Amino acid sequence: MNELSVLHDLVAKNEDDILRRWVDRQLGAASFRADRISKAELSDQSRRFLSLFRQSLASGNADLHAPAWAGIREMLEDLSGSRAQQGFSPSETALFIFSLKETLFERLQDQLATDPKAATQLILDTSQVLDRIGLFTTEVYQRGRERVIIHQQQELMELSTPVVTLWEGVLALPIIGTLDSSRTQVVMESLLQRIVETGAAIAIIDITGVPTVDTLTAQHLLKTVAAARLMGADCIISGIRPQIAQTIVHLGVDLGTVVTKSTLADAFAIALRRLNLSVTRVAAPKKRRPDGDEADRLEDRVED
Amino acid sequence: MERIPILKMGEYLLVTIQVDMHDRLAMTLQDDLTARIVAAHAKGVLIDISALEIVDSFIGRMLADIAAMSRVLDAETVVVGMRPAVAITLVELGLSLTGVRTALNVERGMDMLRHRIRSRLDG
Repeated sequence: MNELSVLHDLVAKNEDDILRRWVDRQLGAASFRADRISKAELSDQSRRFLSLFRQSLASGNADLHAPAWAGIREMLEDLSGSRAQQGFSPSETALFIFSLKETLFERLQDQLATDPKAATQLILDTSQVLDRIGLFTTEVYQRGRERVIIHQQQELMELSTPVVTLWEGVLALPIIGTLDSSRTQVVMESLLQRIVETGAAIAIIDITGVPTVDTLTAQHLLKTVAAARLMGADCIISGIRPQIAQTIVHLGVDLGTVVTKSTLADAFAIALRRLNLSVTRVAAPKKRRPDGDEADRLEDRVED
Repeated sequence: MERIPILKMGEYLLVTIQVDMHDRLAMTLQDDLTARIVAAHAKGVLIDISALEIVDSFIGRMLADIAAMSRVLDAETVVVGMRPAVAITLVELGLSLTGVRTALNVERGMDMLRHRIRSRLDG
């Protein structure tokens, strides 16, 4: 690790000079985004990075995951996060690190003009260390993205499985989006829980919002129906679009004895009939009398 | 030796399973139940499993067997009070108990039995 200590001495001796040149180079580069980051902030970040970089080099250990590099890792995580928020792309963030290389190489050349072989070796090592740091920023950036994606997935999962009470004893389960195994589990659990809570005898599963039905989706639907049946509730599947009906037949999916309807309204009508309920049109509204509301209400009660 | 009690309510039999089932207990239950159906001329059997928290394929098959035996002896079987977690487990195990009638609770199960038996008499 001789080269690292040489590099450390170089940085330690010329820290101010290197910093000035580095910041100038960044400000002068075509990729500098004056609209996203201020000059002061950039020089502050560069100064902090350079001093941490020097401290880590002092350890003589080139492994980025070693404890000596903890400070720089932490700083890069912050930097990556704030840059992402400022709207920088991951490669622009990595360029922040790579631009230090050129500045350092200039200094190295001055320093080691007499010994080209050692200079080459030193440049290779420096390059390696900085490359690793640059890649690390990209990694951090990606990890942040993944966290966002996982969080959104969870939110979607919770959002999209409401169980609605349509009438006393009739539940509806409008499914929006693709029905995969993990969602089926959530859907099943919330449906069965609501069956226990409300004592519903009929559940309508509406798949109007399901974009495609393949054999796996159909299997998940049938599982849900079977589980609801074990709890003593009958299921009706509604919202089957013409294309989906065709797909189901072409795939040879057997929906067995499950009642299917094309619209939620049809399914609801069936549910009401099974519960011996009916919807009837009342007579045309009469003219309002002065104390109309009260009289109407009385009349309603008589009709009931 | 432990046994699962079989209660007679009119022309129906009520079986409440409250302990973990094992092979011997299941065999005894099948023996007792078929004997009672014949002796009491029962028209229906209610099996309450609301106390069961864990169900495996063995219990699933036992329930299906009991339903099939009762049917041979001209009695309807209704399984009542299954917990959501149990229902999900059974479905995941691929046991949807197609031959067994189910109801949410004992009251609903009783209604179902009455309805079934009345319609059978009418038909």
